[in-house]
Amino acid sequence: MARTRSERHWSASVGLHLALVLAAVVAVFPPLWLLVTSFKPKNDAFTTSVVTHFTLDNYTHVLTGTSFLTWFGNSVVVVALTTVIGVFTAATTGYAVSRFRFPGMRPLLWLLLITQMFPVAVLIVPLYNLLASLGLLNQPLGLVLTYLTIAVPFCAWMMKGFFDTIPVEIDEAGRVDGLTPFGTFWRLVLPLARPGLAVTGFYTFVTAWAEVAYASAFMTGEDNLTLAGGLQTFVNQYNNDWGSMTAAAVIIAVPAALVFAFAQRHLVAGLTAGTTKG
Amino acid sequence: MTLTARIRRAIGTHWYAWTMVAPVVLVIGVIIGIPLVRGVYLSLTDANEANVERSIGMNHIPATYHFTGLDNYRAVLTDGVFWDRLGWTVVWTVGCVSLTFLTALALANLLNRRMRGRTFYRLALILPWAIPAFVSVFTWRMLYNEKNGILNKLLAGGGLDAVPWLNDPTWAKLSVIAVNVWLGVPFMLVALLGGLQSIPGELYEAAEMDGAGAWQRFRHITVPGLRAVSGTVILLSTIWTFNMFPVIFLLTRGGPGDATEILVTYAYRLSFVDSPRNFSASATWGMVILAVLALVAVGYRRALRKQGEVW
Repeated sequence: MARTRSERHWSASVGLHLALVLAAVVAVFPPLWLLVTSFKPKNDAFTTSVVTHFTLDNYTHVLTGTSFLTWFGNSVVVVALTTVIGVFTAATTGYAVSRFRFPGMRPLLWLLLITQMFPVAVLIVPLYNLLASLGLLNQPLGLVLTYLTIAVPFCAWMMKGFFDTIPVEIDEAGRVDGLTPFGTFWRLVLPLARPGLAVTGFYTFVTAWAEVAYASAFMTGEDNLTLAGGLQTFVNQYNNDWGSMTAAAVIIAVPAALVFAFAQRHLVAGLTAGTTKG
Repeated sequence: MTLTARIRRAIGTHWYAWTMVAPVVLVIGVIIGIPLVRGVYLSLTDANEANVERSIGMNHIPATYHFTGLDNYRAVLTDGVFWDRLGWTVVWTVGCVSLTFLTALALANLLNRRMRGRTFYRLALILPWAIPAFVSVFTWRMLYNEKNGILNKLLAGGGLDAVPWLNDPTWAKLSVIAVNVWLGVPFMLVALLGGLQSIPGELYEAAEMDGAGAWQRFRHITVPGLRAVSGTVILLSTIWTFNMFPVIFLLTRGGPGDATEILVTYAYRLSFVDSPRNFSASATWGMVILAVLALVAVGYRRALRKQGEVW
Protein backbone atom coordinates (compact mmCIF):
# COMPACT_ATOMS: atom_id res chain seq x y z
CA MET A 1 0.00 0.00 0.00
CA ALA A 2 2.91 2.30 0.69
CA ARG A 3 3.72 1.91 -2.96
CA THR A 4 3.41 5.04 -5.04
CA ARG A 5 2.89 4.28 -8.68
CA SER A 6 2.82 6.46 -11.69
CA GLU A 7 -0.72 7.44 -12.67
CA ARG A 8 -2.79 4.59 -14.04
CA HIS A 9 -4.23 4.96 -17.48
CA TRP A 10 -8.04 5.29 -17.34
CA SER A 11 -8.52 2.07 -19.32
CA ALA A 12 -6.41 0.16 -16.82
CA SER A 13 -8.56 1.61 -14.06
CA VAL A 14 -11.75 0.46 -15.75
CA GLY A 15 -10.34 -3.01 -16.27
CA LEU A 16 -9.21 -3.18 -12.65
CA HIS A 17 -12.62 -2.22 -11.31
CA LEU A 18 -14.44 -4.49 -13.75
CA ALA A 19 -12.40 -7.50 -12.63
CA LEU A 20 -12.92 -6.70 -8.96
CA VAL A 21 -16.63 -6.04 -9.35
CA LEU A 22 -17.04 -9.35 -11.15
CA ALA A 23 -15.14 -11.21 -8.43
CA ALA A 24 -17.09 -9.42 -5.71
CA VAL A 25 -20.40 -10.36 -7.32
CA VAL A 26 -19.38 -14.03 -7.49
CA ALA A 27 -18.28 -13.92 -3.86
CA VAL A 28 -21.33 -12.11 -2.52
CA PHE A 29 -24.14 -13.52 -4.64
CA PRO A 30 -24.70 -16.94 -2.98
CA PRO A 31 -24.99 -15.61 0.59
CA LEU A 32 -27.08 -12.69 -0.64
CA TRP A 33 -29.44 -15.01 -2.49
CA LEU A 34 -29.74 -17.14 0.63
CA LEU A 35 -30.78 -14.06 2.56
CA VAL A 36 -33.31 -13.04 -0.10
CA THR A 37 -34.79 -16.52 -0.29
CA SER A 38 -35.23 -16.72 3.47
CA PHE A 39 -37.77 -13.88 3.30
CA LYS A 40 -39.88 -15.56 0.64
CA PRO A 41 -42.92 -17.71 1.36
CA LYS A 42 -42.06 -21.40 1.39
CA ASN A 43 -43.55 -22.11 -2.04
CA ASP A 44 -41.66 -19.29 -3.68
CA ALA A 45 -38.26 -20.53 -2.50
CA PHE A 46 -37.13 -21.28 -6.03
CA THR A 47 -38.51 -18.29 -7.90
CA THR A 48 -36.02 -15.99 -9.53
CA SER A 49 -37.82 -12.82 -8.56
CA VAL A 50 -36.58 -10.81 -5.62
CA VAL A 51 -39.04 -11.00 -2.72
CA THR A 52 -42.58 -10.24 -3.85
CA HIS A 53 -44.40 -11.39 -0.75
CA PHE A 54 -42.12 -10.45 2.11
CA THR A 55 -42.64 -12.78 5.07
CA LEU A 56 -40.94 -13.81 8.27
CA ASP A 57 -42.79 -17.16 8.32
CA ASN A 58 -39.62 -19.16 7.74
CA TYR A 59 -37.98 -17.56 10.74
CA THR A 60 -40.98 -17.99 13.02
CA HIS A 61 -41.30 -21.60 11.97
CA VAL A 62 -37.61 -22.33 12.56
CA LEU A 63 -37.55 -20.60 15.94
CA THR A 64 -40.84 -21.91 17.32
CA GLY A 65 -41.72 -25.04 15.34
CA THR A 66 -38.38 -26.88 15.44
CA SER A 67 -35.63 -27.71 17.92
CA PHE A 68 -33.44 -25.07 16.33
CA LEU A 69 -32.90 -23.12 19.55
CA THR A 70 -31.75 -26.27 21.36
CA TRP A 71 -29.25 -26.99 18.58
CA PHE A 72 -28.12 -23.40 18.68
CA GLY A 73 -27.54 -23.66 22.43
CA ASN A 74 -25.62 -26.92 22.03
CA SER A 75 -23.42 -25.36 19.39
CA VAL A 76 -22.75 -22.29 21.50
CA VAL A 77 -21.61 -24.41 24.45
CA VAL A 78 -19.33 -26.57 22.30
CA VAL A 79 -17.89 -23.64 20.37
CA ALA A 80 -17.32 -21.41 23.40
CA LEU A 81 -15.47 -24.14 25.28
CA THR A 82 -13.43 -25.07 22.21
CA THR A 83 -12.46 -21.47 21.52
CA VAL A 84 -11.40 -20.62 25.07
CA ILE A 85 -9.44 -23.82 25.68
CA GLY A 86 -8.11 -23.87 22.12
CA VAL A 87 -6.74 -20.34 22.14
CA PHE A 88 -5.12 -20.82 25.52
CA THR A 89 -3.40 -24.12 24.72
CA ALA A 90 -2.38 -22.92 21.26
CA ALA A 91 -0.80 -19.87 22.89
CA THR A 92 1.16 -21.83 25.50
CA THR A 93 2.31 -24.36 22.91
CA GLY A 94 3.21 -21.66 20.40
CA TYR A 95 5.14 -19.77 23.06
CA ALA A 96 7.05 -22.84 24.19
CA VAL A 97 8.18 -23.76 20.67
CA SER A 98 8.97 -20.14 19.85
CA ARG A 99 11.09 -19.39 22.92
CA PHE A 100 12.57 -22.58 24.30
CA ARG A 101 14.83 -25.17 22.77
CA PHE A 102 13.79 -28.34 24.52
CA PRO A 103 14.11 -32.05 23.80
CA GLY A 104 11.06 -33.16 21.84
CA MET A 105 10.52 -29.82 20.11
CA ARG A 106 11.15 -30.92 16.53
CA PRO A 107 8.98 -34.03 16.85
CA LEU A 108 6.28 -31.80 18.34
CA LEU A 109 6.40 -29.43 15.36
CA TRP A 110 6.11 -32.40 13.04
CA LEU A 111 3.27 -33.80 15.11
CA LEU A 112 1.39 -30.52 14.76
CA LEU A 113 1.80 -30.65 10.98
CA ILE A 114 0.96 -34.32 10.66
CA THR A 115 -2.26 -34.08 12.67
CA GLN A 116 -3.47 -31.76 9.89
CA MET A 117 -3.29 -34.70 7.54
CA PHE A 118 -5.48 -37.07 9.47
CA PRO A 119 -8.50 -37.76 7.37
CA VAL A 120 -11.76 -37.79 9.27
CA ALA A 121 -12.39 -41.25 7.85
CA VAL A 122 -9.42 -42.85 9.62
CA LEU A 123 -10.31 -41.61 13.03
CA ILE A 124 -14.05 -41.44 13.08
CA VAL A 125 -14.85 -45.10 13.81
CA PRO A 126 -12.17 -45.72 16.46
CA LEU A 127 -12.85 -42.30 17.96
CA TYR A 128 -16.54 -43.13 18.15
CA ASN A 129 -15.67 -46.29 20.08
CA LEU A 130 -13.26 -44.41 22.33
CA LEU A 131 -15.78 -41.70 23.19
CA ALA A 132 -18.42 -44.36 23.77
CA SER A 133 -16.21 -46.14 26.28
CA LEU A 134 -15.41 -42.85 28.01
CA GLY A 135 -19.13 -42.05 28.14
CA LEU A 136 -18.60 -38.90 26.07
CA LEU A 137 -20.97 -39.57 23.18
CA ASN A 138 -23.75 -37.01 23.00
CA GLN A 139 -21.75 -34.92 25.46
CA PRO A 140 -20.44 -31.48 24.48
CA LEU A 141 -17.08 -32.38 26.03
CA GLY A 142 -16.55 -35.19 23.53
CA LEU A 143 -16.95 -32.80 20.60
CA VAL A 144 -14.84 -30.14 22.31
CA LEU A 145 -11.90 -32.54 22.69
CA THR A 146 -12.25 -33.64 19.08
CA TYR A 147 -12.39 -30.08 17.78
CA LEU A 148 -9.33 -29.13 19.79
CA THR A 149 -7.31 -31.69 17.87
CA ILE A 150 -8.47 -30.11 14.61
CA ALA A 151 -7.97 -26.45 15.50
CA VAL A 152 -5.06 -26.34 17.92
CA PRO A 153 -2.24 -27.66 15.71
CA PHE A 154 -2.70 -24.93 13.09
CA CYS A 155 -3.31 -22.28 15.75
CA ALA A 156 -0.15 -23.27 17.58
CA TRP A 157 1.79 -22.76 14.32
CA MET A 158 0.24 -19.34 13.90
CA MET A 159 0.96 -18.35 17.48
CA LYS A 160 4.57 -19.50 17.12
CA GLY A 161 4.95 -17.19 14.14
CA PHE A 162 3.43 -14.41 16.19
CA PHE A 163 5.65 -14.87 19.21
CA ASP A 164 8.67 -15.02 16.91
CA THR A 165 7.96 -11.40 15.96
CA ILE A 166 7.98 -10.23 19.60
CA PRO A 167 11.54 -9.33 20.70
CA VAL A 168 13.13 -11.77 23.14
CA GLU A 169 14.45 -8.78 25.11
CA ILE A 170 10.96 -8.38 26.56
CA ASP A 171 11.13 -11.87 28.04
CA GLU A 172 14.62 -11.23 29.34
CA ALA A 173 13.51 -8.00 31.00
CA GLY A 174 10.69 -9.89 32.68
CA ARG A 175 13.06 -12.55 33.95
CA VAL A 176 15.45 -9.94 35.29
CA ASP A 177 12.54 -8.39 37.19
CA GLY A 178 11.98 -11.75 38.85
CA LEU A 179 9.00 -13.07 36.90
CA THR A 180 8.71 -16.82 36.38
CA PRO A 181 8.62 -18.10 32.79
CA PHE A 182 4.85 -18.41 33.15
CA GLY A 183 4.57 -14.92 34.60
CA THR A 184 6.57 -13.51 31.69
CA PHE A 185 4.33 -15.29 29.26
CA TRP A 186 1.08 -14.32 30.95
CA ARG A 187 1.79 -10.72 31.90
CA LEU A 188 4.22 -9.45 29.26
CA VAL A 189 4.13 -11.48 26.07
CA LEU A 190 0.51 -12.54 25.83
CA PRO A 191 -0.88 -8.98 25.91
CA LEU A 192 1.47 -8.06 23.05
CA ALA A 193 0.21 -10.99 21.02
CA ARG A 194 -3.40 -9.84 21.12
CA PRO A 195 -3.81 -9.71 17.32
CA GLY A 196 -2.55 -13.28 17.15
CA LEU A 197 -5.05 -14.31 19.80
CA ALA A 198 -7.82 -12.68 17.78
CA VAL A 199 -6.84 -14.66 14.70
CA THR A 200 -6.53 -17.99 16.49
CA GLY A 201 -9.79 -17.32 18.29
CA PHE A 202 -11.50 -16.61 15.02
CA TYR A 203 -10.03 -19.68 13.37
CA THR A 204 -11.02 -21.97 16.25
CA PHE A 205 -14.50 -20.50 16.35
CA VAL A 206 -15.08 -20.99 12.63
CA THR A 207 -13.67 -24.51 12.68
CA ALA A 208 -15.90 -25.61 15.52
CA TRP A 209 -18.98 -23.71 14.34
CA ALA A 210 -18.80 -25.26 10.88
CA GLU A 211 -17.66 -28.84 11.50
CA VAL A 212 -19.97 -31.46 10.00
CA ALA A 213 -18.60 -35.01 10.00
CA TYR A 214 -17.82 -35.55 13.69
CA ALA A 215 -20.86 -33.59 14.79
CA SER A 216 -23.21 -35.75 12.73
CA ALA A 217 -21.58 -38.99 13.88
CA PHE A 218 -21.16 -38.28 17.60
CA MET A 219 -24.28 -36.31 18.42
CA THR A 220 -27.55 -38.11 17.85
CA GLY A 221 -31.10 -37.55 18.94
CA GLU A 222 -33.04 -34.37 18.31
CA ASP A 223 -31.93 -32.76 21.60
CA ASN A 224 -28.22 -33.36 21.24
CA LEU A 225 -27.66 -32.17 17.69
CA THR A 226 -25.49 -29.19 16.98
CA LEU A 227 -26.32 -26.79 14.17
CA ALA A 228 -24.41 -28.67 11.46
CA GLY A 229 -26.40 -31.81 12.16
CA GLY A 230 -29.65 -29.97 12.70
CA LEU A 231 -29.51 -28.14 9.39
CA GLN A 232 -29.21 -31.44 7.55
CA THR A 233 -32.57 -32.58 8.93
CA PHE A 234 -34.38 -29.80 7.05
CA VAL A 235 -33.33 -30.89 3.58
CA ASN A 236 -33.12 -34.63 4.02
CA GLN A 237 -36.10 -35.94 5.91
CA TYR A 238 -38.76 -33.27 6.00
CA ASN A 239 -39.42 -33.29 2.24
CA ASN A 240 -36.88 -30.66 1.23
CA ASP A 241 -37.94 -27.79 3.44
CA TRP A 242 -35.75 -25.20 1.72
CA GLY A 243 -37.65 -22.32 3.32
CA SER A 244 -36.73 -23.33 6.86
CA MET A 245 -33.26 -24.27 5.69
CA THR A 246 -32.57 -20.78 4.37
CA ALA A 247 -33.86 -19.07 7.51
CA ALA A 248 -31.87 -21.38 9.78
CA ALA A 249 -28.79 -20.90 7.62
CA VAL A 250 -29.05 -17.13 7.90
CA ILE A 251 -29.35 -17.30 11.68
CA ILE A 252 -26.34 -19.63 11.82
CA ALA A 253 -24.27 -17.34 9.62
CA VAL A 254 -24.92 -14.19 11.68
CA PRO A 255 -22.73 -14.99 14.74
CA ALA A 256 -19.98 -16.26 12.45
CA ALA A 257 -20.10 -13.05 10.42
CA LEU A 258 -20.01 -10.95 13.60
CA VAL A 259 -16.97 -12.76 14.97
CA PHE A 260 -15.40 -12.41 11.56
CA ALA A 261 -16.05 -8.67 11.42
CA PHE A 262 -14.41 -8.34 14.80
CA ALA A 263 -11.34 -10.38 13.87
CA GLN A 264 -10.83 -9.37 10.25
CA ARG A 265 -8.75 -6.28 11.12
CA HIS A 266 -6.14 -8.61 12.55
CA LEU A 267 -6.40 -11.33 9.94
CA VAL A 268 -3.79 -10.08 7.52
CA ALA A 269 -1.16 -9.43 10.15
CA GLY A 270 -1.98 -12.66 11.97
CA LEU A 271 -1.84 -14.97 9.03
CA THR A 272 1.33 -13.43 7.68
CA ALA A 273 3.13 -13.96 10.93
CA GLY A 274 1.78 -17.48 11.10
CA THR A 275 2.47 -18.62 7.59
CA THR A 276 5.87 -17.11 6.91
CA LYS A 277 7.34 -19.11 9.82
CA GLY A 278 10.16 -17.78 11.98
CA MET B 1 26.92 -38.07 35.04
CA THR B 2 24.46 -40.86 35.77
CA LEU B 3 21.28 -41.30 33.83
CA THR B 4 18.98 -40.29 36.69
CA ALA B 5 21.01 -37.18 37.34
CA ARG B 6 20.84 -36.33 33.67
CA ILE B 7 17.07 -36.80 33.61
CA ARG B 8 16.72 -34.71 36.74
CA ARG B 9 18.76 -31.95 35.13
CA ALA B 10 16.71 -32.12 31.95
CA ILE B 11 13.52 -31.80 33.97
CA GLY B 12 15.02 -28.88 35.88
CA THR B 13 15.87 -26.96 32.72
CA HIS B 14 12.93 -27.85 30.56
CA TRP B 15 10.01 -28.45 32.90
CA TYR B 16 8.23 -25.20 32.07
CA ALA B 17 8.50 -25.76 28.34
CA TRP B 18 7.18 -29.27 28.78
CA THR B 19 4.34 -28.07 31.01
CA MET B 20 3.31 -25.54 28.39
CA VAL B 21 3.07 -28.10 25.62
CA ALA B 22 1.68 -30.87 27.81
CA PRO B 23 -2.06 -30.16 27.32
CA VAL B 24 -1.74 -30.25 23.54
CA VAL B 25 0.40 -33.37 23.53
CA LEU B 26 -2.00 -35.06 25.93
CA VAL B 27 -5.16 -34.23 23.98
CA ILE B 28 -3.58 -35.15 20.64
CA GLY B 29 -2.17 -38.32 22.15
CA VAL B 30 -5.51 -39.49 23.50
CA ILE B 31 -7.90 -38.28 20.82
CA ILE B 32 -5.69 -39.06 17.84
CA GLY B 33 -3.08 -41.49 19.13
CA ILE B 34 -5.42 -44.13 20.57
CA PRO B 35 -7.86 -44.13 17.65
CA LEU B 36 -4.94 -44.22 15.25
CA VAL B 37 -3.43 -47.29 16.86
CA ARG B 38 -6.84 -48.91 16.86
CA GLY B 39 -7.33 -47.90 13.22
CA VAL B 40 -4.04 -49.57 12.29
CA TYR B 41 -5.15 -52.68 14.14
CA LEU B 42 -8.59 -52.71 12.47
CA SER B 43 -6.97 -52.41 9.05
CA LEU B 44 -5.18 -55.69 9.74
CA THR B 45 -8.39 -57.58 10.55
CA ASP B 46 -11.62 -58.50 8.80
CA ALA B 47 -13.85 -56.53 11.19
CA ASN B 48 -17.25 -55.48 9.91
CA GLU B 49 -20.68 -54.78 11.29
CA ALA B 50 -21.49 -58.47 11.63
CA ASN B 51 -18.54 -59.59 13.72
CA VAL B 52 -17.54 -56.72 16.03
CA GLU B 53 -18.33 -56.61 19.71
CA ARG B 54 -21.86 -55.38 20.20
CA SER B 55 -24.90 -55.52 22.43
CA ILE B 56 -28.33 -56.43 21.17
CA GLY B 57 -30.84 -55.87 23.91
CA MET B 58 -29.53 -57.72 26.95
CA ASN B 59 -27.23 -59.97 24.97
CA HIS B 60 -23.62 -59.08 24.71
CA ILE B 61 -21.98 -60.59 21.65
CA PRO B 62 -18.18 -60.74 21.77
CA ALA B 63 -16.05 -59.84 18.78
CA THR B 64 -15.35 -62.68 16.36
CA TYR B 65 -13.19 -60.99 13.76
CA HIS B 66 -9.73 -62.26 12.94
CA PHE B 67 -6.32 -60.96 12.29
CA THR B 68 -5.75 -61.17 8.54
CA GLY B 69 -2.37 -59.53 8.11
CA LEU B 70 -1.95 -57.37 5.04
CA ASP B 71 -4.86 -58.90 3.10
CA ASN B 72 -6.88 -55.67 3.23
CA TYR B 73 -4.01 -53.65 1.84
CA ARG B 74 -3.48 -56.17 -0.94
CA ALA B 75 -7.19 -56.04 -1.74
CA VAL B 76 -7.30 -52.24 -1.83
CA LEU B 77 -4.17 -51.79 -3.93
CA THR B 78 -5.18 -54.38 -6.51
CA ASP B 79 -8.72 -52.99 -6.73
CA GLY B 80 -9.50 -50.79 -9.72
CA VAL B 81 -11.89 -48.72 -7.58
CA PHE B 82 -9.03 -47.44 -5.46
CA TRP B 83 -6.95 -46.28 -8.42
CA ASP B 84 -10.02 -44.63 -10.00
CA ARG B 85 -10.78 -42.75 -6.79
CA LEU B 86 -7.11 -41.84 -6.32
CA GLY B 87 -7.00 -40.47 -9.87
CA TRP B 88 -10.04 -38.26 -9.32
CA THR B 89 -8.81 -37.20 -5.87
CA VAL B 90 -5.53 -36.05 -7.42
CA VAL B 91 -7.37 -34.17 -10.19
CA TRP B 92 -9.68 -32.64 -7.58
CA THR B 93 -6.81 -31.59 -5.31
CA VAL B 94 -4.54 -30.21 -8.01
CA GLY B 95 -7.47 -28.50 -9.76
CA CYS B 96 -8.82 -26.90 -6.60
CA VAL B 97 -5.46 -25.81 -5.18
CA SER B 98 -4.11 -24.36 -8.42
CA LEU B 99 -7.33 -22.54 -9.33
CA THR B 100 -7.71 -21.22 -5.78
CA PHE B 101 -4.11 -20.09 -5.65
CA LEU B 102 -4.10 -18.40 -9.07
CA THR B 103 -7.41 -16.65 -8.43
CA ALA B 104 -6.27 -15.47 -5.03
CA LEU B 105 -2.91 -14.33 -6.42
CA ALA B 106 -4.59 -12.32 -9.17
CA LEU B 107 -7.09 -10.74 -6.79
CA ALA B 108 -4.43 -9.98 -4.17
CA ASN B 109 -2.38 -8.15 -6.80
CA LEU B 110 -5.43 -6.19 -7.94
CA LEU B 111 -6.29 -5.26 -4.37
CA ASN B 112 -2.82 -4.31 -3.26
CA ARG B 113 -2.88 -0.78 -4.62
CA ARG B 114 -4.39 2.60 -3.98
CA MET B 115 -7.86 2.86 -5.41
CA ARG B 116 -11.42 3.80 -4.65
CA GLY B 117 -13.52 1.17 -2.90
CA ARG B 118 -10.57 -0.92 -1.77
CA THR B 119 -12.05 -1.73 1.65
CA PHE B 120 -15.38 -2.63 0.10
CA TYR B 121 -13.79 -5.01 -2.39
CA ARG B 122 -11.69 -6.62 0.30
CA LEU B 123 -14.65 -7.22 2.56
CA ALA B 124 -16.77 -8.56 -0.29
CA LEU B 125 -14.05 -10.93 -1.43
CA ILE B 126 -13.43 -12.47 1.98
CA LEU B 127 -17.14 -12.72 2.80
CA PRO B 128 -17.34 -16.45 1.86
CA TRP B 129 -14.94 -17.11 4.71
CA ALA B 130 -17.24 -15.53 7.25
CA ILE B 131 -20.02 -17.99 6.55
CA PRO B 132 -19.86 -21.55 7.89
CA ALA B 133 -18.90 -23.89 5.06
CA PHE B 134 -21.89 -26.19 5.46
CA VAL B 135 -24.26 -23.22 5.14
CA SER B 136 -22.51 -22.16 1.93
CA VAL B 137 -22.57 -25.67 0.56
CA PHE B 138 -26.33 -25.91 1.15
CA THR B 139 -26.75 -22.56 -0.54
CA TRP B 140 -24.83 -23.78 -3.56
CA ARG B 141 -26.97 -26.90 -3.68
CA MET B 142 -29.96 -24.62 -3.90
CA LEU B 143 -28.37 -22.54 -6.67
CA TYR B 144 -27.36 -25.68 -8.58
CA ASN B 145 -30.84 -27.26 -8.34
CA GLU B 146 -31.45 -28.57 -11.85
CA LYS B 147 -35.14 -27.80 -12.25
CA ASN B 148 -35.56 -24.73 -10.12
CA GLY B 149 -32.13 -23.40 -9.22
CA ILE B 150 -31.37 -19.80 -10.04
CA LEU B 151 -28.40 -20.70 -12.24
CA ASN B 152 -30.54 -22.68 -14.65
CA LYS B 153 -33.32 -20.08 -14.47
CA LEU B 154 -30.78 -17.46 -15.54
CA LEU B 155 -29.55 -19.67 -18.36
CA ALA B 156 -33.12 -20.23 -19.48
CA GLY B 157 -33.61 -16.46 -19.46
CA GLY B 158 -30.69 -16.24 -21.87
CA GLY B 159 -32.27 -18.96 -24.03
CA LEU B 160 -29.79 -21.63 -22.97
CA ASP B 161 -30.52 -25.23 -22.02
CA ALA B 162 -30.54 -26.26 -18.38
CA VAL B 163 -27.22 -27.60 -17.16
CA PRO B 164 -27.36 -30.77 -14.99
CA TRP B 165 -24.96 -29.18 -12.47
CA LEU B 166 -24.92 -32.03 -10.02
CA ASN B 167 -26.55 -34.84 -11.99
CA ASP B 168 -24.07 -35.37 -14.82
CA PRO B 169 -20.69 -36.90 -13.87
CA THR B 170 -18.59 -34.30 -15.70
CA TRP B 171 -20.67 -31.29 -14.68
CA ALA B 172 -20.80 -32.56 -11.09
CA LYS B 173 -17.01 -32.69 -11.01
CA LEU B 174 -16.73 -29.13 -12.29
CA SER B 175 -19.44 -27.97 -9.89
CA VAL B 176 -17.81 -29.38 -6.77
CA ILE B 177 -14.46 -27.89 -7.78
CA ALA B 178 -16.12 -24.50 -8.35
CA VAL B 179 -17.68 -24.53 -4.88
CA ASN B 180 -14.43 -25.53 -3.24
CA VAL B 181 -12.53 -22.77 -5.03
CA TRP B 182 -15.22 -20.31 -3.97
CA LEU B 183 -14.77 -21.44 -0.37
CA GLY B 184 -10.98 -21.48 -0.48
CA VAL B 185 -10.08 -18.19 -2.16
CA PRO B 186 -10.60 -15.90 0.88
CA PHE B 187 -8.05 -17.73 3.04
CA MET B 188 -5.41 -17.65 0.30
CA LEU B 189 -6.27 -14.08 -0.57
CA VAL B 190 -5.75 -12.88 2.98
CA ALA B 191 -2.49 -14.79 3.35
CA LEU B 192 -1.16 -13.49 0.02
CA LEU B 193 -2.25 -9.92 0.76
CA GLY B 194 -0.23 -10.14 3.95
CA GLY B 195 2.70 -11.45 1.94
CA LEU B 196 2.41 -8.63 -0.59
CA GLN B 197 2.33 -6.01 2.12
CA SER B 198 5.55 -7.31 3.59
CA ILE B 199 7.42 -6.63 0.31
CA PRO B 200 9.12 -3.23 0.63
CA GLY B 201 7.67 -0.66 -1.78
CA GLU B 202 11.15 0.69 -2.56
CA LEU B 203 11.91 -2.48 -4.48
CA TYR B 204 9.12 -1.67 -6.92
CA GLU B 205 10.15 1.96 -7.19
CA ALA B 206 13.74 1.03 -7.92
CA ALA B 207 12.66 -1.51 -10.52
CA GLU B 208 10.36 0.99 -12.17
CA MET B 209 13.18 3.53 -12.33
CA ASP B 210 15.34 0.92 -14.00
CA GLY B 211 12.63 0.54 -16.63
CA ALA B 212 11.17 -2.81 -15.56
CA GLY B 213 7.66 -3.41 -16.92
CA ALA B 214 4.71 -4.60 -14.90
CA TRP B 215 5.30 -8.24 -15.80
CA GLN B 216 9.01 -8.05 -14.97
CA ARG B 217 8.23 -6.45 -11.61
CA PHE B 218 5.75 -9.22 -10.89
CA ARG B 219 8.13 -11.93 -12.02
CA HIS B 220 11.24 -10.70 -10.24
CA ILE B 221 9.92 -8.97 -7.12
CA THR B 222 6.42 -10.21 -6.32
CA VAL B 223 6.93 -13.91 -6.98
CA PRO B 224 10.13 -14.29 -4.93
CA GLY B 225 8.67 -12.07 -2.20
CA LEU B 226 5.67 -14.35 -1.87
CA ARG B 227 7.59 -17.60 -1.90
CA ALA B 228 7.54 -18.19 1.85
CA VAL B 229 3.84 -17.50 2.27
CA SER B 230 2.88 -19.47 -0.83
CA GLY B 231 4.94 -22.43 0.26
CA THR B 232 3.00 -22.80 3.48
CA VAL B 233 -0.49 -22.03 2.20
CA ILE B 234 -0.14 -24.34 -0.79
CA LEU B 235 0.92 -27.25 1.40
CA LEU B 236 -1.87 -26.62 3.91
CA SER B 237 -4.42 -26.15 1.19
CA THR B 238 -3.31 -29.35 -0.53
CA ILE B 239 -3.76 -31.35 2.65
CA TRP B 240 -7.14 -29.76 3.43
CA THR B 241 -8.46 -30.23 -0.09
CA PHE B 242 -7.30 -33.82 -0.30
CA ASN B 243 -9.40 -34.53 2.79
CA MET B 244 -12.23 -32.10 2.02
CA PHE B 245 -15.12 -34.10 3.34
CA PRO B 246 -18.02 -31.64 3.78
CA VAL B 247 -18.08 -30.11 0.29
CA ILE B 248 -18.43 -33.39 -1.53
CA PHE B 249 -20.49 -35.16 1.11
CA LEU B 250 -23.08 -32.39 1.43
CA LEU B 251 -23.16 -31.38 -2.22
CA THR B 252 -23.34 -34.69 -4.06
CA ARG B 253 -22.86 -37.50 -1.50
CA GLY B 254 -20.16 -38.64 -3.92
CA GLY B 255 -22.62 -39.01 -6.76
CA PRO B 256 -23.87 -39.25 -9.39
CA GLY B 257 -22.80 -42.89 -9.13
CA ASP B 258 -19.41 -42.43 -7.55
CA ALA B 259 -18.26 -39.75 -9.98
CA THR B 260 -17.26 -37.18 -7.34
CA GLU B 261 -16.30 -39.64 -4.61
CA ILE B 262 -12.83 -38.78 -3.28
CA LEU B 263 -10.82 -41.16 -1.12
CA VAL B 264 -12.07 -39.72 2.16
CA THR B 265 -15.76 -39.78 1.33
CA TYR B 266 -15.38 -43.30 -0.04
CA ALA B 267 -13.77 -44.47 3.19
CA TYR B 268 -16.58 -42.81 5.16
CA ARG B 269 -19.14 -44.52 2.95
CA LEU B 270 -17.57 -47.93 3.66
CA SER B 271 -18.09 -47.60 7.39
CA PHE B 272 -21.17 -45.37 7.73
CA VAL B 273 -23.31 -45.62 4.60
CA ASP B 274 -22.83 -49.05 3.00
CA SER B 275 -24.39 -52.10 4.53
CA PRO B 276 -22.91 -54.18 6.08
CA ARG B 277 -20.61 -51.51 7.47
CA ASN B 278 -17.09 -52.56 6.63
CA PHE B 279 -14.84 -51.17 9.37
CA SER B 280 -11.64 -52.90 8.38
CA ALA B 281 -11.77 -51.82 4.73
CA SER B 282 -12.58 -48.27 5.81
CA ALA B 283 -9.62 -48.25 8.20
CA THR B 284 -7.36 -49.60 5.44
CA TRP B 285 -8.44 -46.82 3.07
CA GLY B 286 -7.75 -44.31 5.83
CA MET B 287 -4.23 -45.64 6.35
CA VAL B 288 -3.50 -45.54 2.64
CA ILE B 289 -4.75 -41.93 2.48
CA LEU B 290 -2.47 -41.05 5.35
CA ALA B 291 0.50 -42.66 3.62
CA VAL B 292 -0.18 -40.77 0.38
CA LEU B 293 -0.37 -37.45 2.23
CA ALA B 294 2.77 -38.13 4.22
CA LEU B 295 4.63 -38.82 0.95
CA VAL B 296 3.30 -35.58 -0.55
CA ALA B 297 4.37 -33.56 2.49
CA VAL B 298 7.86 -35.04 2.58
CA GLY B 299 8.33 -34.58 -1.17
CA TYR B 300 7.06 -31.01 -0.98
CA ARG B 301 9.38 -30.17 1.88
CA ARG B 302 12.32 -31.58 0.00
CA ALA B 303 11.41 -29.54 -3.09
CA LEU B 304 11.23 -26.36 -1.00
CA ARG B 305 14.58 -27.15 0.57
CA LYS B 306 16.18 -27.46 -2.84
CA GLN B 307 15.07 -23.92 -3.57
CA GLY B 308 16.93 -22.82 -0.47
CA GLU B 309 14.01 -22.61 1.94
CA VAL B 310 14.76 -23.65 5.49
CA TRP B 311 11.60 -25.14 6.85
